Formats: sequence, structure tokens, C-alpha cells
Amino acid sequence: MNMTHTIKHHLTPEILMAYSAGNLPEAFGLIVATHVSMCDTCRADLESYDAVGGVVIDDAETAEVSSDAFAATMKLISAGDAVPVSPRRSTGTLPSPLQDYVGGDLSAINWKPLGMGVKQAVLPTSKAATARLLYIPAGAAVPDHGHNGTEMTLVLQGAFVDEEDRFARGDVEVANEDLEHTPIADVGEDCICLAVTDAPLKFNAFLPRLAQRFLRI
Amino acid sequence: MSNTTKDWTAQIYAIRDKQDQAAFAELFAHFAPRVKGFLMKSGADASLAEECTQEVMATLWRKAHMFDPARASAATWIYTIARNRKIDALRKQRRPEPEDLPWGPEAEPEQADAIGLKQETEQLAVAIKELPEKQRRLIEQAYFGDLSHSEIAEITGLPLGTIKSRIRLALERLRHAMK
Repeated sequence: MNMTHTIKHHLTPEILMAYSAGNLPEAFGLIVATHVSMCDTCRADLESYDAVGGVVIDDAETAEVSSDAFAATMKLISAGDAVPVSPRRSTGTLPSPLQDYVGGDLSAINWKPLGMGVKQAVLPTSKAATARLLYIPAGAAVPDHGHNGTEMTLVLQGAFVDEEDRFARGDVEVANEDLEHTPIADVGEDCICLAVTDAPLKFNAFLPRLAQRFLRI
Repeated sequence: MSNTTKDWTAQIYAIRDKQDQAAFAELFAHFAPRVKGFLMKSGADASLAEECTQEVMATLWRKAHMFDPARASAATWIYTIARNRKIDALRKQRRPEPEDLPWGPEAEPEQADAIGLKQETEQLAVAIKELPEKQRRLIEQAYFGDLSHSEIAEITGLPLGTIKSRIRLALERLRHAMK
């Protein structure tokens, strides 16, 4: 899955650092892990934030472990299963972290139609944020919507264009409440994205009816 | 204060290649109290922190073949294992992980890359120690899990440029070897 040179739109430093520090809701963690699987630039950035974590833990105040801790750990080791040596690496369209949530590649996605050929599949994550896969037929538009919070969209297949730019496979758009946009899928190919939003409760009455129906909130 | 200059690669390789318990005991003596301290600072009580520390150290043993000294120091690598365990145990949520980029016998990391990474990590540690007290506190708070990502956005001036390029280089070599 080496296509890192074609990616133009990356994760923000604070999102990568929050992921490294373990402070992101699961749905945002999923989009970070998926993008990083496709983007070595962000992987290097992420691993440098992990290095900061390494410095913090090496300097952390120590806490004495129990006197039998070593023996207990050796017991855990001999009781545990070996970690498989084979790499966890996807050859399909969906990177492995996403396949873990879908239960397979594209053909395993449980799409729910939203009308006009648009489909979605909400993925099972903790409630603090919502992750959904979106299927937008080539040339179709996602209803105009604003954001009450942060929305991140990662392209997995095809491409879309909005008021900001063009986003192709591997590109991620980070939208905050200032952005009003109407993403339109490229004509060449149906577009599949992973979209993550803050707590869905933040949306509601302010959204146009169509968008509300589309977002199923 | 030799912890940042100590290179644990030999011990981790000894576990990987020979299931060397003495090497593991050295790593355990240094890192287990740090992992436990980290978990307690992150909000675990003493008994949960003890239990998780043993699991983290057991994971280190089992995943020794995944350690890549061209991309991470031992402390960095152990940090990621401890953090994942923390999310599991304290947040009770799944932790989506990126795809693995393992190196096999055909792509054993270059010694020069590992030495370079080690130097960058030491410089990073020194640079963080030299930051103003308030800034350093903020970084610790972020990694102990006390800051939201919008608060994290206020952390500036982390000197990561050179370590990033070093890791990027190691990733490029790895990608090349994987082809």
C-alpha cells in the first residue's frame, strides 16, 4: 500500500500528537490509523510524537513494582500465545485498521441507502465520536452542510472536489465549524470515504432537512 | 541519569534471538517502575497499574521481533505498548493501530540508521529538558492524558524536525526493501 507520494492533504500536528498521547476518541483514532497506514509522511510525524512519549516515560517518576512482579511476568509470558510473525498488512482497498472494523474489504461493508444513490455504513466505535463510511456515486453531490465541531474525511476510493480543493485516495480533509462545503464526487469513479465527526448531538436543528436526513442524526 | 544514553537494543535482540531472561531482567529493572509510574500518573490505581505493567513487560517480550531501532528507541517503543494498554484498561475502548511495517531478515535496519536515531532521541530529550517549565509541564500533561486535542494544539516549539527526517529516511529504506 505504497502511494504515499501522491497524498497532498495530511493530518494536523495536534491530531497526530493527541493520537500518540492516546487522547482521541476511538472514531478519530480509526481515521488517524487508516491515514497513517497510507501515508509515510504522517507515519514519521506520528513516530516522532511517540518519541516525545518515550522521553516522558523515561523521565517519569518511578513507582516501585511488587517483589514478585518479575516472576509473575515470566509466568504471563509462558502462558501467553506467541504474537504472529506475519505482518498485518492489507492488499485490498481498505487498509487493515478499517478492515478490522468492517470485517473485511469493500465487499463486506453493510451499506444503508440514503437516497440518490448515496449510501452509508456507521462503524461500531465508542460514542464520543462517530465514524461512517460514505458511498457517493460518481458526479453526485453530498448535501451542503456545515459543521458544529470537527469533521474529518478520508478518501479511500475515487475523489471529491469541494470549495477548498480536490481530495483523492489517501487525502484527508479536516473541516471545522467555519467550513460550509458541498463535496462533489469526481465523475470518473464512485467515491468511498471514511468520515468522522464529533459527538453527533452537536448537529441538529440548524442543519437543512436534507443534510439531516443524509447524516441520519 | 544515564537512562537516555543507555541503549537497550542488545537486550531486546537477546530476548528475540535467545529468549534471554537475564537481558529481560535488566530491561525489567529499568522500565517496569517507569511504566507503573506512567500508568499511575495517567489515573490507574496501584493495583491496576501493577497488573498492567506486568502485561506491558510481557508484551515487550512477545513482540521483541517487531522492535526497529532505526525508527524508535526502546523507551519510545515501550511507551507505545504502555499507552495502548492504558487505553484498553482505563478508557475501555479499542485502539485502532496503523498497518505494520515490519522488517524481516532481508531488511534488517542499518546500524548507522539505528545510531542516528539514538542520537536524535538523546537530543530530543535534552531539548525537552531545556524547554521552559510551563511548556514541559504541558507536554507531560498531554502524555499522561490530561489534555484534549484542542489544548494540545497550544503546545508549540517541540523540536521534532530532525527526528522526523530521520524516521522518514528509515521508512523509505524499509519501503524499498519491502518491494
